[in-house]
Amino acid sequence: MSSYEARFKVWRGDVRGGGLAEFTVEVNDGEVVLDIVHRIQATQAPDLAVRWNCKAGKCGSCSAEINGRPRLLCMTRMSVFTQDETITVTPLRAFPVVRDLVTDVGFNYAKAREVPAFVPPPGVAPGDYRMAQRDVDRSQEFRKCIECFLCQDTCHVVRDHEENKPAFAGPRFLMRVAELDMHPLDAAAETGLDRKTTAQDEHGLGYCNITKCCTEVCPEGIRITDNALIPLKERAADRKYDPLVWLGSKIGRRTTDRPR
Amino acid sequence: MSVVDRQEWDVVVIGAGGAGLRAAIEARERGARTAVVCKSLFGKAHTVMAEGGIAAAMGNVNSGDGWQVHFRDTLRGGKFLNQWRMAELHAKEAPDRVWELETWGALFDRTADGRISQRNFGGHEYPRLAHVGDRTGLELIRTLQQKIVALQQQDKAETGEYESRLKVFQECTVTRVLKDGDRVSGVFGYERESGRFLVLEAPSVVVATGGIGKSFKVTSNSWEYTGDGHALALLAGAPLLNMEFVQFHPTGMVWPPSVKGILVTESVRGDGGVLRNSEGKRFMFDYIPDVFKEKYAESEDEGDRWYEDPDHHRRPPELLPRDEVARAINSEVKAGRGSPHGGVFLDVSTRMPAEVIRRRLPSMYHQFKELADVDITAEAMEVGPTCHYVMGGIAVDSDTAAARGVPGLYAAGEVAGGMHGSNRLGGNSLSDLLVFGRRAGRHAAEHAAEQTAGRPAVDDAQVDAAAAEALRPFSAEGPGADPETAAARAPENPYTLHQELQQTMNDLVGIIRREGEMEQALERLSDLRVRAARAGVEGHRQFNPGWHLALDLRNMLLVSECVARAALERTESRGGHTREDHPAMERRWRHVNLLCALADRDPADPAPGQITLTREDTQPIRPDLLALFEKEELVKYLAEEELYE
Repeated sequence: MSSYEARFKVWRGDVRGGGLAEFTVEVNDGEVVLDIVHRIQATQAPDLAVRWNCKAGKCGSCSAEINGRPRLLCMTRMSVFTQDETITVTPLRAFPVVRDLVTDVGFNYAKAREVPAFVPPPGVAPGDYRMAQRDVDRSQEFRKCIECFLCQDTCHVVRDHEENKPAFAGPRFLMRVAELDMHPLDAAAETGLDRKTTAQDEHGLGYCNITKCCTEVCPEGIRITDNALIPLKERAADRKYDPLVWLGSKIGRRTTDRPR
Repeated sequence: MSVVDRQEWDVVVIGAGGAGLRAAIEARERGARTAVVCKSLFGKAHTVMAEGGIAAAMGNVNSGDGWQVHFRDTLRGGKFLNQWRMAELHAKEAPDRVWELETWGALFDRTADGRISQRNFGGHEYPRLAHVGDRTGLELIRTLQQKIVALQQQDKAETGEYESRLKVFQECTVTRVLKDGDRVSGVFGYERESGRFLVLEAPSVVVATGGIGKSFKVTSNSWEYTGDGHALALLAGAPLLNMEFVQFHPTGMVWPPSVKGILVTESVRGDGGVLRNSEGKRFMFDYIPDVFKEKYAESEDEGDRWYEDPDHHRRPPELLPRDEVARAINSEVKAGRGSPHGGVFLDVSTRMPAEVIRRRLPSMYHQFKELADVDITAEAMEVGPTCHYVMGGIAVDSDTAAARGVPGLYAAGEVAGGMHGSNRLGGNSLSDLLVFGRRAGRHAAEHAAEQTAGRPAVDDAQVDAAAAEALRPFSAEGPGADPETAAARAPENPYTLHQELQQTMNDLVGIIRREGEMEQALERLSDLRVRAARAGVEGHRQFNPGWHLALDLRNMLLVSECVARAALERTESRGGHTREDHPAMERRWRHVNLLCALADRDPADPAPGQITLTREDTQPIRPDLLALFEKEELVKYLAEEELYE
């Protein structure tokens, strides 16, 4: 097994400020950036704050920026860097820093609460839900989201524009609106809730100008822009244009029990 | 003393994985003001890592399935040591718990007729696991998380506050359960972010903290799995049950070293993957134990036909329960027939077209591609056993999930013992979380509502003691001037202690156990306890991982001692407990539970063992449940007198 000494710069500090601390640290075959951060903790800086959990790309806890790019620390192999490269690890820029690599991601939890929940179809008992696979495929893609919030971090609407945060849910939660809107059995419309218009009017869909930055950083490879945001924009536009057309398409789409 | 924020709740749930969130939903829906405390961010709990599915006898794919069949499979998997009433409730209630998730927005994979699809898994007679590709745990946690948010939205509409009746305290760690006499009075903990202390006063506490895998070096478990709930219960006076049973999942990644232990889902085998040794042989056919002889295929040909026509063929032995497969892999590697990096080969590439693999096993494809440069659609994976799950846990009442001897304390999910006996079947964990999470939440809420004569009071002395205990690592003594005593007084690095603990448990109380090694493990644990009392940390209390680990060490050391002591005591091999010096399963041990309790020791001297062990007879299995099995099968497990009672 080959090993070498890598140069790392890790941002250390808190809400009052901070700077890049330099470390020289051993790297072994097959390791990821999170392994190196852990080695720094265990041998040089025991109080270095970093969030992590599963170390397998499934929980979305260890989001940070590596050489300025939003990434999961646990899924970034050291082998993507050259051995003489200095690797810089900084906290997510769009969120307030708590300490070192840990940021306050409360913005995302606040936005999650603003999206009205799934509305179960009235009169359908548990166990009687019937949906065709092809009708759940679209929403299932969005439910692959591990809530790493890298898309929220990279989105230029909020990345350097704190003032946009109150009015903008961000790609993750616009995608959540799309997911519910495309759920074959969601009965929000029956309660008078039109998810498409709320995307536009309440969650700030209009701010998005489909630069696809969110899709590029998604570690799950979800096509956020193409499959969630653009269809949502199209539907929101349709809805505003002609409610009857929308109603007709909604009724047509809801016949999910057709044989395959 | 340090700043302590105090709040009053009806029910406090420790842990926000599947069991904790299901308990919280139930308690809140039954009117209890409920607080959830969790170490990670909300929605990141270890449950997200569950891959294969939720076992529930819905009979969507094979209508022959039913709760009785599921119950039988569960007892066989657990080698009849299961707390049978739990296994019965679990098998009966699991379908309702899964269906309920759909009403909260879950989207499972579908059958052709639009119902929830179910897949095959080790030890399950029929396709039984509701799933979403190989990311079922994520779907479960997200659905429960979104249900919590839905309830908070309701509360906002009614009270103006999202958190008036249900609040999640994320990134908080509980270090003590507080008591008023025998009764639970609340919990003490700290916020990881700020280091501030927190007391939540409540007459009911549900422990749902998951497992203990972080005491072992090679594990599929995340950092949270430090046995917190097991230790909290012990310290609060509740016993732990059958801690010797630790499941080593047969298929963890073995290379590269930094990912060693990460799980490779059993779905790979359920969907057709096979295990081969370095000679290319499907070796599992050589490892079918007598108790399972009639139920598994004898030839590759027969096993392969089972995937297409399960009613007329027997299943391949790759789908034996996990304990059997893990031991077999271990034996092959030991016999020199392992893969280059010390595992065996798990192959789907020759069994399914590439696009089917990518559709059915997307996370596995991704995981191997990203972390090991292996394309599983073109080549075999290298896999080996990894510490995955603890069957042992807090001894609970089957119906109410109440811990023994501590009124107001409940436990659900992995932290509770009994349900899975000596070995858990894949898929039975997610269903366990839902079934017993709901029961724990219900009974915790009822218990809280019953406290009309006055709630248990929080004792300030206990709060002060808990705060002092939590702060101790900051005042670890320096070496001092006297060179004679300097070494003995130097602060210990918590990371070093943790690594030594993991190595000890892995090497000496691992998958194959021997008397001498376990005795040695107990000595090393004693030494580690002494050193852990001097674990010191640098810096301050704000998000300080070194401090957090120093506090978690107490729990890992307590739990590790339980595992080692119980494993030394049980002189047989059964399920997740394999003794090289006692290789047979003994019928005389079938009805024996081992209970661990905290010994009465001088807290100033950590060297002596902290755990006492007692034996207890299990309750006889109810006759109508026994009647679900053939007599010929029962005689393999049960002692003569149990059969004719």
